[in-house]
Amino acid sequence: MRRVARSPHPFEHFTVHLKGAGDDELREIAAALGLGLSLEEMRAIRDHYAAVGRDASDVELQTYDQTWSEHCFHKTFKGVIETPWGIVDGLLRTYIRRVVEELRPDWCLSVFEDNAGIVDLEGEHAVAIKVETHNHPSAIEPFGGAATGTGGVIRDILGVWADPIACTDVLCFGPLDLSYEALPEGVKHPAYLFRGVVAGIGAYGNNIGLPTVNGAVYFDEDYTGNVVVYAGCVGLLKKSRYARNVRPGDWVVLAGGRTGLDGIHGVTFASAELTEESEEVSRPAVQIPNPIEEEKIKRAVSRISEEALGSGITDLGGGGLSCAVCESADTHALGAEVQLEKVPLRYPEMAPWEIWISESQERMCLAVPPRNLDRVLQIFEDEQVEATPIGRFTGERVVRVYCGGALVAELELDALFNPPRVRRSTSWRPPRLEEPTFPRPGDLGETLKRLLAAPNIASREAVIRSYDHEVKGGTVVKPLQGWNAGPNDAAVLKPLEDSWRGVSISCGMNPRYGKIDPYWMAASAIDEAVRNNVAVGGRRIALLDNFTWGNPEREDRLGGLVHACRACYDVAKAYGTPFISGKDSLYNESPLGPVAPTLLITALGIVPDIRRAVTMDLKREGDAVYLIGQTRPELGGSEYYRLMGFLGASVPRLEIGEAAEAYGLLTSAIDAGLVRACHDLSEGGLGVAAAEMAFTGGLGLELSLASVPAETGMRDDVILFSESNSRLLVEVPPGRRSSFEEMMGGSVFARVGAVTGEERLTVTGHGGVVIDLPLHELMAAWKTPLGGSA
Amino acid sequence: MKRSEIRVLLIRAPGTNCDGETARSFRDLGVQAEVVHTQRVFREMNLLDYDILVVPGGFSYGDYVRSGAIWAKECEYRIGAELERFVDDGRPVLGICNGFQLLVEAGFLPGFEGRSRYPEAALADNATGGYQCRWIRVKHLNRGNCNLTNEIPRDAVLRLPVAHGEGRFVFPREREDEYLQRLYDNDQLVFRYVKADGSFAEGEAFHNPNGAWHDIAGICNPEGNVLGMMPHPERAYFGWLTPYWTREEAPPRYGDGRLVLESVVRYVERRF
Repeated sequence: MRRVARSPHPFEHFTVHLKGAGDDELREIAAALGLGLSLEEMRAIRDHYAAVGRDASDVELQTYDQTWSEHCFHKTFKGVIETPWGIVDGLLRTYIRRVVEELRPDWCLSVFEDNAGIVDLEGEHAVAIKVETHNHPSAIEPFGGAATGTGGVIRDILGVWADPIACTDVLCFGPLDLSYEALPEGVKHPAYLFRGVVAGIGAYGNNIGLPTVNGAVYFDEDYTGNVVVYAGCVGLLKKSRYARNVRPGDWVVLAGGRTGLDGIHGVTFASAELTEESEEVSRPAVQIPNPIEEEKIKRAVSRISEEALGSGITDLGGGGLSCAVCESADTHALGAEVQLEKVPLRYPEMAPWEIWISESQERMCLAVPPRNLDRVLQIFEDEQVEATPIGRFTGERVVRVYCGGALVAELELDALFNPPRVRRSTSWRPPRLEEPTFPRPGDLGETLKRLLAAPNIASREAVIRSYDHEVKGGTVVKPLQGWNAGPNDAAVLKPLEDSWRGVSISCGMNPRYGKIDPYWMAASAIDEAVRNNVAVGGRRIALLDNFTWGNPEREDRLGGLVHACRACYDVAKAYGTPFISGKDSLYNESPLGPVAPTLLITALGIVPDIRRAVTMDLKREGDAVYLIGQTRPELGGSEYYRLMGFLGASVPRLEIGEAAEAYGLLTSAIDAGLVRACHDLSEGGLGVAAAEMAFTGGLGLELSLASVPAETGMRDDVILFSESNSRLLVEVPPGRRSSFEEMMGGSVFARVGAVTGEERLTVTGHGGVVIDLPLHELMAAWKTPLGGSA
Repeated sequence: MKRSEIRVLLIRAPGTNCDGETARSFRDLGVQAEVVHTQRVFREMNLLDYDILVVPGGFSYGDYVRSGAIWAKECEYRIGAELERFVDDGRPVLGICNGFQLLVEAGFLPGFEGRSRYPEAALADNATGGYQCRWIRVKHLNRGNCNLTNEIPRDAVLRLPVAHGEGRFVFPREREDEYLQRLYDNDQLVFRYVKADGSFAEGEAFHNPNGAWHDIAGICNPEGNVLGMMPHPERAYFGWLTPYWTREEAPPRYGDGRLVLESVVRYVERRF
């Protein structure tokens, strides 16, 4: 191609003559170099090079490709969206960041600025948290994709000088019993992906020595072509050790594993749709995990932080060195010079552009003042980690990349970090759905057992036990409760040796509601994450948003996203729970269509004294059981409807004010020691939550549906399985009943049952007993489908 | 020896990950605990400056071959003689999880005739379908030979967590009976997995979490100063680490794991 010419250097390097290139030529150049840049973006780059009056190099264009990818720059969330309801000038700014900007909480120390969000813990200490997606790599190579997802998010935590203390994972797959005939070419079977992803997450988290303490596994047909893998990490840091003061002359130190050919064009791959050819074309874009390398880096970084030797730090993730160096320089209003020949390689013959953008795992980039360089290199050597000074920061806003003395790229940062703003439009309309009518099942006990065995409700014990959730000796409330291993609502950690203060980690996600209404889906996800956190005694909650959506260039996908973002603002603002970090993954499309629009909300709370933390198992015969919150006929998108073969339309909504008040009162009741057990109502509603509490505690429960706060005339099955938001079951000792009732004040709640010594769940409906089953039958129904120990 | 003068060395390799909480537990017992990188130990340290050696859990060097094997070979090669002196001197060595694996791979356990050149047993991959993180119960069976569990009453049942992919204790099949007899004769059996009622698990999942032969969870050497165990006492040290504490009005101060570590310390206190 005549516009691309090989340089005279003794390595593979090309110059690209952009001046005067027409649209077709720009497209051709992008294709020749494997760039994912749009025509509009190519034009902007051409005009920039015309302005500076020189040719571009392949290394430079690859850098633009990485930096401007959806994965790195979040073009859609920062872009302008025309909607039928008006212009949205940046989803992130308008809906997500605005919450924290308006609430201005003094406990939020760093939001949306760093690799992770940082909130106050106690005294000198702060907590960092980040959740990432790693969907596309996991669809191609589930073990490596999921493992490197975990590795990547742990490095995000290291990237704010924090010591990682726990991991989370939320996974979405197609149905495990899908027939092989239903799979199109190039799509792997959900059972294969499930096994691979779970093994990958376990292998990384376990081997690096971090407990995986919270998560979820979700099954839906719309994940068959687009597996979803969220990996999160929580870290602990000292505020005084959070260094970000890079100066000209500081060294760029590359530490960790060697740079290889794996993970080339990972971000480009992540920002495109999956196709039949993805397996063959994109396999090299999936990185190779080595958790032990990262374990060593973790130790070294913690030491360097303790001795305050670094002036800046960032991980190498999407875009590899190109993004790490350019973003670090940009953050500090500096430039940099890098010598690529100093980068330790796995293969000798790599071209400069490959070295520059490779996403090989387990690498960190540190900025180190010259006086500290020797000590930093010594610390890495002591941990048997290879560390190399590869360049220095400079005062000019330019990054210059050399290879063997030859300049191979010169990147003006003002241009690099000023991509043309994306403009998109949407014309979303709500789907037309009907509420089903069907007779009440005759045997509600049987229905309850089938619900307990439903793929989205059944015990995740087999998955959770394959992750170490106790290493580091800080897991106070574990993902599985007690010997019977019921599902706790949130994990509680005790991060500090000399303090009882804890952190609570929970999540919420309701993809099926999104098929009915993305606004209420998002509202429900936030409510679920918050109420899970409140259930264990958490408060002062910070949120993380992780969107997994289809192609935003298609109007129908984008409209739902706007609605979901709108709910994020409305609910988070009213709850006083700001977003502190987030990440979106768009273009999740496969030959089977778009992914189910999925919003994962992660909630990080504080438990002032972990000795007051509450678990979900019933604890004493004779205690009273209260239900907090109003039960409404809201079964749209519920697991009960799914069991009956419907989607429905009556999606759970949210009375934000009522819920916020009730959560606050419940927190006071927990602090006053009035609450023995607490469990949130989610998939499967009251019936499932009551059964879980009973068999986990090994104590019986008598429940009266007539006492449930609900409008009159609701059918027993609707009361039992409705998924109305903001509801919790609470166990209260008999002597504390009046204090509890007084404390809950005017909020909606009622005493609905009592704990008994008989190991049975007995539910009385409006016309007599509707369920009367021994706990072991309920527990067996819940534990059998995915495997667990009864 | 005064408790505050007791020095515990926790040796770590790349991939060791239970050193922090193990050191924390020993410090709570009032002894000095130092975590030191294995390369530094090889290079510049004298084991005999310490009174207790602990090999904590983790995935040393990634355990990319049989767990503990790589690190065990390295230790044999670099400090094998020094380790033997430490053991011959009667000083206690405690291997937890990966540490147990290392002690078996390095020939210190079961150590029927002193350290063996080749492993006489193995901690094979779990027969229960991969990695298992769960609380189990073990019964303390030792009749008094094991110096490191002297504080634990005989037949006491301890509630402890396990977390491993390779914890199935096995002997070479053709010598199973002979070796088991020797374990009993020498009083080397320390912990066996039991059910909630205290009866032996008899291999039943998940009371026996890995399919270990004869429900073996921990053994010591014939001299009783080297102990290896798959369960993690350090993760059951404080009461709030247990899975049952929320059923009490307030968390108990300590969990059952403390008994094991306390025994190790008491032994040194008394003997030296």
